[in-house]
This record gives sequence, C-alpha cells and structure tokens, in this order.
Amino acid sequence: MSYALCIGDTSLILAQRLGEWVGHAPALEEDLALANIGLDLLGQARYLLTYAAELEGRGSSEDDLAFLRDPQDFLNLSLVEQPNGDFGQTIVRQFLIDAWQLELFERMQHSSDPKLAELAAKALKETRYHFRFSSGWLVRLGDGTEESHRRVQTALDALWRFTHEMFVVSPAEQDAVARGVAPDPASLAAGWSSRVDEVLKQATLKKPADVPYAWHGKRGQHGEHLSRLLAEMQVMQRTYPGAKW
Amino acid sequence: MVAATPVEREVWRLLAQVPDPEIPILNVIELGVVRYVRDEHERGIAVGVSPTYTGCPATEVIQASIKARLHQAGFESVRVDSVLAPPWSSDWLTESAREKLREYGIAPPAESVDSPRRLFGELQLHCPRCSSSQTRRVSEFASTPCKALYRCSSCLEPFEYFKCI
Repeated sequence: MSYALCIGDTSLILAQRLGEWVGHAPALEEDLALANIGLDLLGQARYLLTYAAELEGRGSSEDDLAFLRDPQDFLNLSLVEQPNGDFGQTIVRQFLIDAWQLELFERMQHSSDPKLAELAAKALKETRYHFRFSSGWLVRLGDGTEESHRRVQTALDALWRFTHEMFVVSPAEQDAVARGVAPDPASLAAGWSSRVDEVLKQATLKKPADVPYAWHGKRGQHGEHLSRLLAEMQVMQRTYPGAKW
Repeated sequence: MVAATPVEREVWRLLAQVPDPEIPILNVIELGVVRYVRDEHERGIAVGVSPTYTGCPATEVIQASIKARLHQAGFESVRVDSVLAPPWSSDWLTESAREKLREYGIAPPAESVDSPRRLFGELQLHCPRCSSSQTRRVSEFASTPCKALYRCSSCLEPFEYFKCI
C-alpha cells in the first residue's frame, strides 16, 4: 500500500505542478505539452491511489487520499514538489523524472503484482513520449543561446541534489522491494545515469557533482513548497467536504 | 475465442453506434478500445474497455456513453470494466478508422508500433489535405493526449497526427 502511494504521489504532485503552467507557458504548443504530460501523470496517480485505497481496506477513495491527507502523509520524491521556476527549470525537473520513470516502469512491468505490472506497461509508453519531449527541449536550451544555456545549467545545479533520493530505498518502499513486488530503487541508478549523461552531453551541460544525501520526501518529510501546493490543490474539498460537480 | 452469442452480437452492433467523444467520426470499436463483450445472463452485460492514455478524460465519457446506449436499447444491467493489460495500442485502430481519420484531416499513425524505424528521428508524414510530404512537426502534443501537431509547408495548413503508441 505505501509503495503504490510513493509512486502515485510522485506522479500526482508533478501533475499538479505542471498544471500550474496552463495558460502561462512560453508558447501554446508548450502549454499543451505540459498539460498533456500532467494529464498522463494524473492518470497514473488516479490508478495508483485507487489501488492504495483498495489495499488499505478502509473504504476510502482516490479522492480521499489526494484531497484529505496532510503534507506529512505524502510520500512523493522531494524533486517533484520543487517550484516550476522558469521554463528551463521545469524542463530540467521533468527530464530528471522522465529518465527515472523510464527505468522504474521498465522494471515494474515485470512485477509479480499484476496491478503494478499493468500500470507500468501502460505508463511506460507514455513516459517514452515525455522523455522525448523533455530531452529534446533540454538539448535545445542547453545547446541554444548563452542565456538559455546559463538558465538550464543553473536549474540543473539547483535540482541535482534531489536526485539521490530516487535511488535510496525508503521505509515506505522496503516491504514491496523485499517481496520482489517492486524494483530496488538502487537498481535504477546505472540506467538512469547513462540516459542522463547522454542527453547532458548533447545539451553541452555540465553534470553537477553527486551529493550523496537523500532528501526525505519518500519518508513524508517535506519543505514548505509541498504545503503551499497542497493548500491550493485541496482547498475546495477542505472547505466544502464532499463537494461534487 | 468463443463465438459470440446473438445477444453479444447485438451489443457489438450497438457499440458501433457509440462515437468517441473527442474524434466523433470514429466509433469506439474503430478506436480499438472495446476488448470484450460478455453476456453474463442474470448478471447482465459486461463490456471491457481500455483507456487510450491513462489520464485521457474521454475514458469516463466513453464508459458512460456505452452504458447509455445499451440502457436505451433495453439492456438493464450493464457493467463496463476498465482493462489496462495489455495496454491499448494505436495499432488497434481498424483499417476503416485510418481512412476516416485521413478524410477528417487527421493523419493516421504512420506505421506499426513495432517498427524499428520509429526509434530514429522524425517521421515524414503526408499532409492529410494535400498529400504533400513537406510537413514538419510543430508539437509533440496537441488538443488531445493521442495526437501531435504538424504543419504542412505546401498548403500551410496545420494538421493533427494520431500518435503511434
């Protein structure tokens, strides 16, 4: 149950972040792209949160989990709650996550848990598109003008410290990993690195030094960014419990 | 596959009248999302439907329209199951669907998902209006999750492309 939440919350929070771009992206095409990627992530989140609620067996729904939990109950990677920043920073964050999701779903589609395997096989197809989009933009911006290069390099330097958490198993994941239902996060590191290195090279970006410190998003420890994000996301259900439209 | 019973055949016939809410020239069978129809007798009719994309908002509308069409035809108990595995593929669009898409101004998926050529670079698409091969991709994403946006350099019209997935 906590594993499905972990993966689902990461998709949910990133979907919400991408939704913030709607109506604000630099061009209509990019606006659509970010919204579409967000929509795919939201689809993953709905499926995983529904599954988590089912495993929990207390009769709650995906909506209860999304709209009525407090920040410390969210198990998303710290990386995805980081603010959008400029378009370059959003692309860097997306790229780092897309590469990770590719590695994750490739393995998870062989999970002995059919629900996780089904979702992974489906999401993998979508993630390939996301990765193509984010890596394409990263190369354009990195190998673009002096200004665009500077901006994405700055974003990469700022966000890199959150990547280590992707590869460290958290208490929420431990049980699923031990039972062989979920891939060991550490096993994703090598594939992720080689994907990332290849694109960074094309983008003429410098890979930052590794920071061997894992942030604690997956343990439910978040900064103020998540609280603000949730305040906006949950306000309707908190103010008018059970409201439907 | 077990041969369809007369009741199941009737349900298939009705499903052919249920349009996709986002590309209404296609019905749900042509879109390749209907996985099975089962007459479960006293438990009613079960229809298996696959989402095209996990977050596609049309999925719920499709499920509701299927129920509505079957209720209207007198089937009282109808259950729509969401079937995720194996994942839906654009290869499942029927031949007639491809032709209809083209007539509608949407370029159909250019090749099979299994084609190794998909891994390399951009596809050269033909404009669905003027057939010119002078087209370029404007955006990987478009008005619905299943399409990308292109522009024809010959007739200058933008057009959508149904993505291979």
